[in-house]
Amino acid sequence: MKGGAAMEIWASQLFNGLSYSSFLLLIALGLAITFGLMKVMNMAHGDMIMIGAYVTYSTQLIFSSFMPQNMFDYYFLFSIPIAFVVTACIGWILEKSLIQFLYNRPLDSMLATWGVSLILQQIARTIFGAPNVAVKTPSWLDGGLQIAAVTLPYKRLFILVLVGLCLTGLYVYLYRTAAGRRMTAVTLNRQMASCLGVNTRKVDAGAFALGSGLGGVAGCALTLLGPVGPTVGTNYIIDAFMIVILGGIGNLKGTLIGAVVIGLISTFVEFGSSATIAKVVVFALIILFLQWKPFGLISTRSRALD
Amino acid sequence: MKNISRSSYALLFIFLLCAPLFLHDFRVALLAKFLCFAILAVGICLIWGYTGILSLGHGVFFGLGAYCVAMYLKLEASPTGIPDFMGWSGIVELPGLWKPFANPYFAISAAVIVPVLLALVLGYFTFKNRIRGVYFSLISQALVVVFVTLFIGKQEITGGTNGLTNFSTAFGISLTNRGVQQVLYFITVGFLLLTVAFALWLTKSRAGKLLMAIREGENRVRFLGYNPTSFKVFVYCVSAALAGVAGGLFVLQVGMISPEMMGIIPSIEMVLWVAVGGRYSIFGAVIGAILTNSAKSFFSESYPDFWLFFLGGLFILVVLVMPNGLVGLGKSVGEKITSRIKKKEKEDVQHEAGPYVS
Amino acid sequence: MGKMTKNLFLMLVILTFMLAGCVGSNATNNESDTSDEKGEKGDTVKVGVLHSLSGTMAISEVSLKNAELMAIEEINEAGGVLGKKIEPVIEDGASDWPTFAEKAKKLLQSDEVATIFGGWTSASRKAMLPVVEQNNGLLWYPVQYEGMESSPNIFYTGATTNQQIVPAVSWLLENKGKKFFLIGSDYVFPRTANKIIKAQLKAEGGELLGEEYTPLGHTDYSTLISKIKAAKPDVIFNTLNGDSNVAFFKQLKDAGIGPKDMPVLSVSIAEEEIRGIGGDVLAGHYTAWNYYQTIDTPENKDFVEKYKAKYGEELVTDDPIEAAYFAVYLWAAAVEKAGSFDVDKVRAASDGIEVQAPGGKVKIEGSNQHTWKVVRIGEIQEDGLIKELWNSGEAVKPDPYLEGYDWAKGLSSGE
Repeated sequence: MKGGAAMEIWASQLFNGLSYSSFLLLIALGLAITFGLMKVMNMAHGDMIMIGAYVTYSTQLIFSSFMPQNMFDYYFLFSIPIAFVVTACIGWILEKSLIQFLYNRPLDSMLATWGVSLILQQIARTIFGAPNVAVKTPSWLDGGLQIAAVTLPYKRLFILVLVGLCLTGLYVYLYRTAAGRRMTAVTLNRQMASCLGVNTRKVDAGAFALGSGLGGVAGCALTLLGPVGPTVGTNYIIDAFMIVILGGIGNLKGTLIGAVVIGLISTFVEFGSSATIAKVVVFALIILFLQWKPFGLISTRSRALD
Repeated sequence: MKNISRSSYALLFIFLLCAPLFLHDFRVALLAKFLCFAILAVGICLIWGYTGILSLGHGVFFGLGAYCVAMYLKLEASPTGIPDFMGWSGIVELPGLWKPFANPYFAISAAVIVPVLLALVLGYFTFKNRIRGVYFSLISQALVVVFVTLFIGKQEITGGTNGLTNFSTAFGISLTNRGVQQVLYFITVGFLLLTVAFALWLTKSRAGKLLMAIREGENRVRFLGYNPTSFKVFVYCVSAALAGVAGGLFVLQVGMISPEMMGIIPSIEMVLWVAVGGRYSIFGAVIGAILTNSAKSFFSESYPDFWLFFLGGLFILVVLVMPNGLVGLGKSVGEKITSRIKKKEKEDVQHEAGPYVS
Repeated sequence: MGKMTKNLFLMLVILTFMLAGCVGSNATNNESDTSDEKGEKGDTVKVGVLHSLSGTMAISEVSLKNAELMAIEEINEAGGVLGKKIEPVIEDGASDWPTFAEKAKKLLQSDEVATIFGGWTSASRKAMLPVVEQNNGLLWYPVQYEGMESSPNIFYTGATTNQQIVPAVSWLLENKGKKFFLIGSDYVFPRTANKIIKAQLKAEGGELLGEEYTPLGHTDYSTLISKIKAAKPDVIFNTLNGDSNVAFFKQLKDAGIGPKDMPVLSVSIAEEEIRGIGGDVLAGHYTAWNYYQTIDTPENKDFVEKYKAKYGEELVTDDPIEAAYFAVYLWAAAVEKAGSFDVDKVRAASDGIEVQAPGGKVKIEGSNQHTWKVVRIGEIQEDGLIKELWNSGEAVKPDPYLEGYDWAKGLSSGE
């Protein structure tokens, strides 16, 4: 009997850990492109998440006022692509107006995007007001799957599936399509790609838009679990950076492993102690780990020196 | 060139020394706070501008320095010998960690030593393992998260989110007295002067040249037979010490410290001050810290609902239009004017000499 | 020649900026007032309004600013205080505690305001406390807090622990069960509150099954919820702060725990916060406050109507908004009674000052400068409003150090 209860706890903690990992991966995925592949220290990534969340909120408002009642439950499915498109457009504009001047200055890009982040937050506050807004969960995501004594909430399963789809889509795009391969080529060796006739400017803008768009999707999904407010992005940005850097810059597989490792460690440490200690332990481990492997879990090899 | 920088410094310090004559007391106190930030900015300038290492974790060093001094002040302000917040957390005996801080000299030296020790340990391992660029920046950010979470979580020892506040005296002298505040202001100006002099001396020295060499090409320095690690650790410690000093002075001026002030956002803002002023110039760091903070309080007083637009816009503007900050802008505008004048002088000369030269 | 120009230009830029930053905003009030009383000039009197209009706390504090401005406007329309119009000086605390100290100093020294209305977090109050004490200013702090404080320069119009937490625990013990699980954000208010609750549970026969804290801004509650599930408490006492509540309640519902299984009583969630979480998520859970929008009195109907008309139909009023609103009236009444804006005279006159607030009569307790308030426990409804289930009948005397409770002996002295 006692063994059964312990198994239950382990099983549910394992699910919690994986679910938290998927949540982390979702917020880090867009950054893995803008920061990992393009080396732009995009501090405004958190605000792309925030915009995605507000887009979901707006879609919900539009659906509840202009659409028939029975359609309302499906607003969420529409809001995902809309959030992607909106944030991708904002990302594209941002790249064209600001980021493209900063490719050789990664640390400067951090300062400028920090400024962008302040402005985006204030815009959100001006439009939607300072308080949090509520996003109603569609009824088909309420409740959960019961396996033995462990409940798997549908929302968390949905996020797991969504992350899986994003990751597969991204993988196929980056390594199986011509446009994606151009993007990979530019990130690996810009000059060489340029010499081979790749329009690096266009690729850069596209990549930044893609990364921002993924941030938007993350924002959309996060409305299921967390708050929606002007400063919600700042909660996630540091976690996202840590995952990308732990996994190794410029490597999607690394980001995936990084997210899973952090998610599992953090949930299990929290179960054994407290959330505060879990946070301290995770970040201290990241510092120690990078001492041992300075370029993250999976590093792209390069013979370049300085 | 030398004359310019010398007279700029002279003007700045004359301005700072005279400020209490024509500024409201409250503004002087504000300026004193900004001067603490300026000391810290000089440290960041040394490590970022001169050595090319971007630390996004200087809030921790600033906070440690501040907490060391604040612990002493708090003990002095607690008649029972135990700070009030510990009482609420059910602590009856002063924790061992706090005991030595009853001694002001210990506390003041700890404000420098503790940050330096931390920088030494972290810097030694990090730089020895050749971690640099964004990796180092992000490690320094992780450090901030660790410290802030610990300081908030260990409420019974640190005062939690409320931090340490409500001090009364230092060395038995009331801190709120107007005269004391003025003296503190001049002490801060003095520290800033010392800091600037030290930084200038350092950058002019051989070691300073090596720091710049590391910025330009670390491996080349290594190939020339120097060990960049020790220089990097050294400059990291120096800037941590300056941050600690700034923190200690800050607590004396402002009368409080809380974990918020060592957080991620303040740490990034510290770098921004230097960027605004001009990262390759000590003078730039000083005026950057003073001006950005002045602008922040000016905007937030005049347009409380919109000041974030101004602040955000300022950062974008600085990066896009003046990557070398105000100093760089001043220089390039100055050069344009100079060259125009020179051109004109030349033209005049040519005009006079017209017939003979052709 | 060239060097000179360059040099001069640079210095000019710098000095302009410096002067703009340092002098610019107080150019208008350079020791021009001849009156010897604070903030008074001609036929207006200045008061400070100091809340976070940006940063993480703006979520809650902007509406307090609005409530205070509305009260000021109403008082002005009715003829002002002592025949003078109130002129609010609005400052942004930017969710940053030293900024609160700095702005409070600025308001008192440079604007010479007669009083300040402001603050939300305990940390911001603690930052302002030495400033108002040293400058002998006045601060009206409108939010419930953890007690253990009474500064002669602060008036507390929110609830202290014995007007919110202590009665809430008693109510839960009586009506909902003996087994408690305490959760809170990792900062001063939850830790102090839980210390009090633990002592009270011990004294009144409750049982503590667990006590958990999460860092501010924490958003993954799956592990904490597993712990709660394993402990099987009768009630959860919640002192989480801000954003974390949204994540906690959404995830609690997902985990299949409803108010029927384990009701949660919260002390930091009012109507305004419910709007950001969603009434559907919270319906059936409990809160403890001194005011709800649904209170059925003519004064409250009038207040809610005016607030909505002014700031938007979709908005709600709640306890801190009400406390911020009547704080202005209390101050005005104290000034009228004192016949002066002088801080010492206002303080001396304040004892027993009473106004008809939207939620009922409130009275200042002179001995600790807190207010007498009615305690109410309510149940959150689908529509986001709160239905009152129980109230204390008469106003409860504020007791920030819990001196009237035997079990609380030693809490404040740390025995």
